[in-house]
Amino acid sequence: MSDQPDASRRQFLSRGTAATAAVAVAPGVLLYDFARARPPAEPASSAVRWGLLIDTTRCDSGCDACVSACREENALPLPLKPTDPQWIRKVELQQEGSGRKVSLPMMCQHCAEPPCVDVCPTGASFKRADGIVLVDKHRCIGCRYCMMACPYKARSFVHEPVEDHSGATPRGQGTVESCTLCVHRVDQGRAPACVDACASEGHRALLFGNLNDPDSAISQRLRSVASVKLRADLNLDPGLSYVGL
Amino acid sequence: MRRIAAFFLVAALTGAGAAVPVPDLDVGQGGHCVNDPQVMRQNHMKFLYQQRDETVRQGIRGGKYSLAGCVDCHASKVNHSVLGSDRNFCQGCHTYAAVKIDCFECHSSQPRALSAAQREGGHP
Repeated sequence: MSDQPDASRRQFLSRGTAATAAVAVAPGVLLYDFARARPPAEPASSAVRWGLLIDTTRCDSGCDACVSACREENALPLPLKPTDPQWIRKVELQQEGSGRKVSLPMMCQHCAEPPCVDVCPTGASFKRADGIVLVDKHRCIGCRYCMMACPYKARSFVHEPVEDHSGATPRGQGTVESCTLCVHRVDQGRAPACVDACASEGHRALLFGNLNDPDSAISQRLRSVASVKLRADLNLDPGLSYVGL
Repeated sequence: MRRIAAFFLVAALTGAGAAVPVPDLDVGQGGHCVNDPQVMRQNHMKFLYQQRDETVRQGIRGGKYSLAGCVDCHASKVNHSVLGSDRNFCQGCHTYAAVKIDCFECHSSQPRALSAAQREGGHP
């Protein structure tokens, strides 16, 4: 009697995984994700850590599909007034000397050690078990301490009364908000709206996935290409990484 | 304090205190509630608080005590909302019980299935 598993069974299992990983249902949505989505009644688990890999070499400076998709998904106000919230914004960078230009989306970096959570006096700012950093607006008193603490300027304060409640995320005057990594979509096994929008435009500059799974597309890509975390010197361990900076 | 308010509300709704007229509520679609109506009158806020914390902080979804679920069934068929007048489901009872309702500063007071055109016409 052998301790080795049956060879044909092993092949079957590996083929099955490869097939589900490869089948795309819609842009940015893979069957693989559905297979891994946890049941709705289960809490988010720390076995998963959600992250984004942003490939700036694929990001078009004239394109703001990710920003528009975010505004539409979360019913953020448009046209933009100076005091209106921004959950994601496009940033253009130019290197001194060479003049090399880079375009990239900036948003909450979903840190493993989020300073916004450290400073929040009410416990409103929190990190979910799966690494998504959120504001519990039921507890937020609008002190904006988290906005001061965030080195990425990722959070916004809602100054005006909210008229449009059609968005996926409840929003209200007097609270702080930021990118939720489209937590409502993630809980359904879907990718964030910005990721799907970028894929629909054909750029595929945003790759979303589970950083704790060594076989996920994002983990494999992080292993194969050089990427950086923004302000890595602060040791916040962001969930977002950038390629081509 | 809440218990006292709930007691008076229940007493009034069952006709025990006839001094103030009981609100004549527009229950919208109505039908079978997720729990006994009397239990809901007394405890809906506790159920909602419990589920809201589990959903926001732990990501547990699909629970039966959903605010959007309340609105889907109880929005008035006249203005497609649970707010707007003292006949509307949430506003009517909260006015009667003199309890401030602030859910709808952030959450929608209109059913999820509502079309954009109907949304324009109704109470925000």
